Amino acid sequence: MPPGTPLFPESASTMASRVDNLYFFLLAVSIFFSLLIAGLIVSFAVKFHRRRAEQVGAQIHGGMALELTWTIVPFVIVMVIFVWGASVYFAMARPPDETLNVYVVGKQWMWKFQHLDGQREINELHVPVGRPVKLIMTSEDVIHDLFFPAFRIKADVIPGRYTSIWFHPTKAGRYHLFCAEYCGTKHSGMVGSVVVMDPNEFQTWLSGGSPEGSLAEGGAKLFASLACNTCHRPDAQGRGPVLEGLFGNSVTLQSGEKITVDEAYVRESILNPAAKVAGGFQPIMPTFQGLVTEEQLLELIEYVKSLQALPQVQTR
Amino acid sequence: MPSSTVFAPPRHYLNDGYGIKSWLLTRDHKRIALLYLAAVTFFFFVGGAMAVLIRLELATPVGDLVSDETYNKLFTMHGVMMVFFFLIPAIPSVLGNFLVPIMIGAKDLAFPKLNLASWYIYMIGGLFTLYSLVTGGLDTGWTFYTPFSTIASTSNVISAALGIFITGFSGILTGLNFIVTIHRMRAPGMTWFRMPLFLWSTYATSLINVLGTPVIAITILLVAAERIFHFGFFNPAVGGDPVLFQHLFWFYSHPAVYIMVLPAMGVVSELVAAGCRKPVFGYPFVAFASLGIAVIGFLVWGHHMFVAGESVYAALIFSVLSFIVAIPSAVKVFNWTATMYKGAVSWETPMLYAYGFIGLFTIGGLTGLFLAAIGLDVHVTDTYFIVAHFHYIMVGGTIMGYLGGLHYWWPKISGRLYNEGLAKLSAGIIFVGFNLTFFPQFVVGYLGMPRRYHAYPPEFQVLNVLSSAGASILGVGYLIPMVYLMWSLRYGKLAGANPWGAVGLEWTTTSPPPTENFAVTPIVTWNAYDYDSPVEGHVA
Repeated sequence: MPPGTPLFPESASTMASRVDNLYFFLLAVSIFFSLLIAGLIVSFAVKFHRRRAEQVGAQIHGGMALELTWTIVPFVIVMVIFVWGASVYFAMARPPDETLNVYVVGKQWMWKFQHLDGQREINELHVPVGRPVKLIMTSEDVIHDLFFPAFRIKADVIPGRYTSIWFHPTKAGRYHLFCAEYCGTKHSGMVGSVVVMDPNEFQTWLSGGSPEGSLAEGGAKLFASLACNTCHRPDAQGRGPVLEGLFGNSVTLQSGEKITVDEAYVRESILNPAAKVAGGFQPIMPTFQGLVTEEQLLELIEYVKSLQALPQVQTR
Repeated sequence: MPSSTVFAPPRHYLNDGYGIKSWLLTRDHKRIALLYLAAVTFFFFVGGAMAVLIRLELATPVGDLVSDETYNKLFTMHGVMMVFFFLIPAIPSVLGNFLVPIMIGAKDLAFPKLNLASWYIYMIGGLFTLYSLVTGGLDTGWTFYTPFSTIASTSNVISAALGIFITGFSGILTGLNFIVTIHRMRAPGMTWFRMPLFLWSTYATSLINVLGTPVIAITILLVAAERIFHFGFFNPAVGGDPVLFQHLFWFYSHPAVYIMVLPAMGVVSELVAAGCRKPVFGYPFVAFASLGIAVIGFLVWGHHMFVAGESVYAALIFSVLSFIVAIPSAVKVFNWTATMYKGAVSWETPMLYAYGFIGLFTIGGLTGLFLAAIGLDVHVTDTYFIVAHFHYIMVGGTIMGYLGGLHYWWPKISGRLYNEGLAKLSAGIIFVGFNLTFFPQFVVGYLGMPRRYHAYPPEFQVLNVLSSAGASILGVGYLIPMVYLMWSLRYGKLAGANPWGAVGLEWTTTSPPPTENFAVTPIVTWNAYDYDSPVEGHVA
């Protein structure tokens, strides 16, 4: 192989080594069984090669002990792999409590990243080393998939839904990011880099200017300009629910069902308000479908999130 | 005529009527098998030509040979042609059509006219899809994922989908025909457990065809309805769920993988038994493994969607079922290998394909475990790792089985022997070319190269060049059999009834068989693969 031809991907996250260990175990299992089968076939083919034209094989019809052996042994092995694979998957599905959150919007054919402080990037994502990062993602058009080979992580980015992935970068550097779900003509151009930086450098980069202010500030402006604030008032006198302190808590719907207020619920309540109306309120809110973009939705969500204990804008 | 005419009956299915009408209006399952043979071979080379262009484009990291739009159409039509018009129909429609009645001692399938209708339906579907190819092509990928296929793509989605919809009925009707035939038309004494294993796997395949294909037909109609009338089944902007499509699509298309590989497994059971002149080790286990795969295969579709926003618990269930469906496949591999023990093992071409199948299918199956392990699937899904995996199953499995079967039964089908030296040579070329093409894709996939990429980062080039080089070898390997098989039709030595010294009803009748298959209806008093006395030396 010429220099510059890697045969194994770089490992730059805490998850990478966990995935690689499982991969090596599976490689070992595969090599063992491939060599076993190939060895048996070759040695039987040589040893029992037909020597006379009229020769026939021995009349062996089967054997229960062997059948049980090669049913049970593979079964045990695959169950070990199943449990191992599932435990890695659980770790991928459960982000740590404290994460640096970044919003991602995919569209044909670019990636837009929005940091909470307001920095926006296209096809490039800056993150600090040594701190877990969670991406909350949606798509403006078709299904995309954000894939970081060096972190061994990917997830589909689906229109009308939020999906999320998290990773904990362990090594500074610049790594590929790809769109891994076919999305049309320039699918293979929907690529970029994730830049993992030293935390201090990242802070410098982050304060390098965000003319539009933080996401929550943008959301606050939208909240006023769309006149959300006429009904959603902090003093409980409005026609809509109080949003302060709402995010992350549960509300009881008219149907009696309890639901946790997350990004998806806020999004749905803006676009399709009648779907899940909070108990004690009338379904009078108009839909904002078509009036707000995916990016504006994210700003509004971030604003609602910021209305937690203190009614002032948080920067993280 | 030479003295060997004693083997050739005066009348057989090939000379029972001449002229175009005697073929296009035939109800003889053997002639219909040959109509399918011509058609699937044509679609195989159409799909193959696209594969050649794909590999040429990928020889360099930049997209320079064809435009991105053209490239997307190439891999889409390669997939559509190969999956729906070659891999799914090839073994059942060609070898199954020829062999099912003969192997059970029947004169024909239960519904001969329906059988001919199936071929016409297949051809009409194929022509629709070809039409969409020559009038601009299709760029959705063979998977037609929504909402891309319903709201974004500007290519010929409707006509291509309609072609697949129509062709699906051909599979349903053929499956129905086989099921009824195997239930109702077995010769006296041909009990279920005396049937050759090829029939068990054909039966299992037919069940999947009949039960699964309607689901893809409905799904295609939903896609068409959303495209034409803007219904909101899948488009989230009007209340649809894009992931619902993936559930419906894979509910059929995962079992469809077993439609492709089960018949090949059946062929390999026949090749191994005849190649070793020995009963297949653990016959009932191999037979029930086919049914087990068919049943469990319907319950694993969600493993295509581990990164598509599926719930963690759904992923767990689909993962464990995917591991379980691997067990019957492993059981089969072990049984075939054990069959060779103390056999009279042949090194002739059909057996070479059986060795190739077992080796490649083993690698394909084992790499399937990587994909069933959820935490690892997250990294390798949608990359070249998965491309390599399913080509090991479909090309290394299905096509090796198909070619092995075609070589094994060619003397029966044509009455002639092909050139054994060339056949061995091309089997070797195919094996080497195949591995060179697809093995590097495992490596580049784990490195992170996504599938369906027109251009890629330069550090992946060496592995891609290896793959493209392998593809050119593989292409040559596929062309050589075309030449010597055609050549044998006219110049090949007469085969005689049983050139391999094999047992099985198909080897008791003449080559080629008479139109009614047997001079007298056989009465079966023996089990499949009953090699208890030395066989007559064979002619080859």
